[in-house]
Amino acid sequence: MDELIGRIHSVETLGTVDGPGIRFVVFMQGCPLKCKYCHNRDTWDINAGKTYTVDELMKKILRSKSYFEASGGGITVSGGEPLLQVEFVTELFKRLQDLNIHTALDTAGSLPINDKIKVLLKYTDLVLLDIKHIDNEKCIDLIGTSNKNNLNFANYLSHNRIPMWIRQVLVPGYTDDEKDLLKLKEFISNLNSVKKVEILPYHNLGKFKWEKLRSRISFRKRKTSN
Amino acid sequence: MKFDEWKGFKEGRWQRHIDVRDFIQKNYTPYEGDDSFLVGPTEKTTKLWNEVLELYEKERENGGVLDISTDIASTITSHDAGYIDKDLEEIVGLQTEKPLKRAIMPEGGIRIVEKSCAAYNRKVSDKIEDIYHNYRRTHNDGVYAVYTPEIRAARSSHLVTGLPDGYGRGRIIGDYRRVALYGVDALIDDKKEQYALTTANNITEEIIREREEIHDQIQALEDLKVMAEKYGYDISKPAKNAKEAIQWLYFGYLGAIKQQNGAAMSIGRTSTFLDIYIEKDIKDGILTEEKAQELMDHFVMKLRLVRFLRTPEYDELFSGDPVWVTESIGGMGVDGRTLVTKNSYRILHTLTTLGSAPEPNLTVLWSTRLPQSFKEYCSKMSIKTSAIQYENDDLMRVYWGDDYGIACCVSAMRIGKQMQFFGARANLAKTLTYAINGGRDEVSGKQVTPKFAPVTSEYLDYDEVWEKFDNMMDYVARIYMNALNIIHYMHDKYAYESLEMALHDKDILRTMACGIAGLSIVADSFSAMKYAKVKVIRDETGLAVDYKIEGDFPKYGNDDDRVDSIAVKIVETFMNKLRQQPTYRHAKPTMSILTITSNVVYGKATGNTPDGRRAGTPFGPGANPLHGRDTEGAVAVLNTMAKLPYSYAEDGISYTFAITPATLGHTEQERVKNLTSLLDGYFVQNPHHVNINVFDRSLLQDAMDHPEKYPQLTIRVSGYAVNFTKLTREQQLDVINRTIHERI
Repeated sequence: MDELIGRIHSVETLGTVDGPGIRFVVFMQGCPLKCKYCHNRDTWDINAGKTYTVDELMKKILRSKSYFEASGGGITVSGGEPLLQVEFVTELFKRLQDLNIHTALDTAGSLPINDKIKVLLKYTDLVLLDIKHIDNEKCIDLIGTSNKNNLNFANYLSHNRIPMWIRQVLVPGYTDDEKDLLKLKEFISNLNSVKKVEILPYHNLGKFKWEKLRSRISFRKRKTSN
Repeated sequence: MKFDEWKGFKEGRWQRHIDVRDFIQKNYTPYEGDDSFLVGPTEKTTKLWNEVLELYEKERENGGVLDISTDIASTITSHDAGYIDKDLEEIVGLQTEKPLKRAIMPEGGIRIVEKSCAAYNRKVSDKIEDIYHNYRRTHNDGVYAVYTPEIRAARSSHLVTGLPDGYGRGRIIGDYRRVALYGVDALIDDKKEQYALTTANNITEEIIREREEIHDQIQALEDLKVMAEKYGYDISKPAKNAKEAIQWLYFGYLGAIKQQNGAAMSIGRTSTFLDIYIEKDIKDGILTEEKAQELMDHFVMKLRLVRFLRTPEYDELFSGDPVWVTESIGGMGVDGRTLVTKNSYRILHTLTTLGSAPEPNLTVLWSTRLPQSFKEYCSKMSIKTSAIQYENDDLMRVYWGDDYGIACCVSAMRIGKQMQFFGARANLAKTLTYAINGGRDEVSGKQVTPKFAPVTSEYLDYDEVWEKFDNMMDYVARIYMNALNIIHYMHDKYAYESLEMALHDKDILRTMACGIAGLSIVADSFSAMKYAKVKVIRDETGLAVDYKIEGDFPKYGNDDDRVDSIAVKIVETFMNKLRQQPTYRHAKPTMSILTITSNVVYGKATGNTPDGRRAGTPFGPGANPLHGRDTEGAVAVLNTMAKLPYSYAEDGISYTFAITPATLGHTEQERVKNLTSLLDGYFVQNPHHVNINVFDRSLLQDAMDHPEKYPQLTIRVSGYAVNFTKLTREQQLDVINRTIHERI
């Protein structure tokens, strides 16, 4: 069997907000969405990034073990969209759970649920689910794709009682309509396994990444919120 | 010994011998609770502190120095009593007759004193100039009388730097607690016994020196009593309550700083000792928590007023007027009880009652077994003030027991049983460029060392350069140790610290505390040679002046063994070379990886290096990676630090860390929890030290532009804390450009 290879944009060894405790955060390369406010614009291209085997990545992650133990932390796989590399992430989570390390998946649920994703979720202790927009039309405008997969993903997690944190980025002029927020609230209140809801402030710290990539798509038109 | 003042204390060996540790162990009360018992400042404290703040403001307006006592050479008894506001002060004693008025100490070197005075438009009195130019030799004169041409060359080319040949060496901690526990007369009796012990054998040169030193120590103790009398106190007997204990202890320290302008004048490990007196007084109903905090506040206020007169050059090396009144707090006892007491909280609480400040240099001895609530209190205060450093008690206790203190930044020593000969540092980045250039300076082109064979190939070959670097390290280690031997011989001879040493045992361990700068640069340079290609660019004389790196390479500070192992190899190799040198007074060679703020000056004096660093740009401070090269987040760089072997760097390994509040978590509670876990996760891996800074870059930028808005903004730099607005502009930029861990 060929060894699984993951394409990884970067890692952050001190994550404190993407799951409980101190997190080792892996940013997977590649994303199918085109969010106008993306602050990791350079993670979009599926063919970029650095390649790792599961072994190589495990070795790196285990260097943080004393921090996981001290804080009740663990690993968070983010992106990009980690579901694009579902087999790699599954193998990684499987091995981490064997060692009693907490696994979190930071996703927008942007792919339809399939068997492979179902297996991955078996090895996932927590999903950080980014709901882009509750209103489908506005969602298409904001991220270039419908919110169908996104919301289905939430329902699947709810149905299978997989713990999740719901997150939404508050983008002025896009996601701050009161009606939409109330609709979002209603949607969330019907879900079973939501442990936390976070509304994240939009910031423009990722701006330099857009400029570097010369993909000035609508970024500068956004206002920042505090 | 038998004193009424000891009534109520548990008996022990400490009553028959000078043994402060035994007194602490028999009598202290460990505290496992939280900070809810703490109280705010009294009205008196606030009033007095506001007067101090006004004095600070005047000092700032006056260009950094308020006044200089130019006509008296400072000694323990030289100046009259001085006060800030006599009626308000619970703890008294100043270095001169007025607060913030700086004393001169020409025994270190008269020219340095003259230069320092000139920098502030003042002049040393004719009488003092006459004495020290015509009648009395100084430490500085002594050193220059015997420096070899090799040392002079290495010094002026910045191959070895910051040597204490023109300023007091410092880094000696008198056991000031002894003054409180025993009173001065008992200490004099003890010294007299020691003096009598030196006559049994033939009188050799060593014994002559020892007898003279003990003789001077006794005189210093006599002088200390005279100094205290000027303030109306008789300190010949032990202190009988908390107020006296603090006052006696502080008098001991005050005598030391009146006698010595040492680079670092640390106070030791005093708060848990003092807690014993405070607990007893509270139990006896003669002290309240308010008054206890007031005493500690007034004590700390005095420590914040300590000033030394220094040259602008010194200030460039050690920026921001530091004194390193380092106080070591907490830790665990060898019997498993915590050494945290309520007074460990009280001294940290002064950051709240009096606001943040760089002095005293608050150093928490961290153990993973410290009480959880104390850990969280420390984290809370770090997040609030960025004024605390942390050192690994679980590591150091194995070496130094449970009554050691930190001198200066990271130098651990058993209190009253050990001292060090401070040795600044060798510039290893320059050692590398000299290895490549056969001993020619990469900036001036001058031949500084004897001629070695330079590298002549177009590309640097790892093995060839390592061999040449190894040879150059041999040379540097020898010259460096020679310089230190000379310096400490002369310092003992002309500027002996008789009071500090009077508060030590007779037979002590002396370390020769060498140091290195530029570790990350050398490690990255060798990594570049090994994993990328480094092309040499030479000028018309064949001097390698620049390097072009083709390809990428692993960089120190990212928990990557490929390069971190090179850093470890450099540390071990250089330390082993130091171990082979003969040392003055058979001192044990040790080494630190610490630059203080001198990383900026070293950078200025060092040309382009093979890691791609540009000429003139700062080194990383201490053991830090070069700014911006650590890209995998805080844990990765902490993991790199944990690899550096303390057994090869027993004088300490300094790492300075900065993080934004938001990166630590959303809420204060989360931040406290995360910082605590971060420290636990770090220290369990056996590293030595970390400075914790929690701030946003924008705050520092604003403070640069509007210093008047931030009179008490404190940040941690390599091994000490500093008032940000007192740094030079270059130093401020260096701090701002450092890696601040931030979540994007």
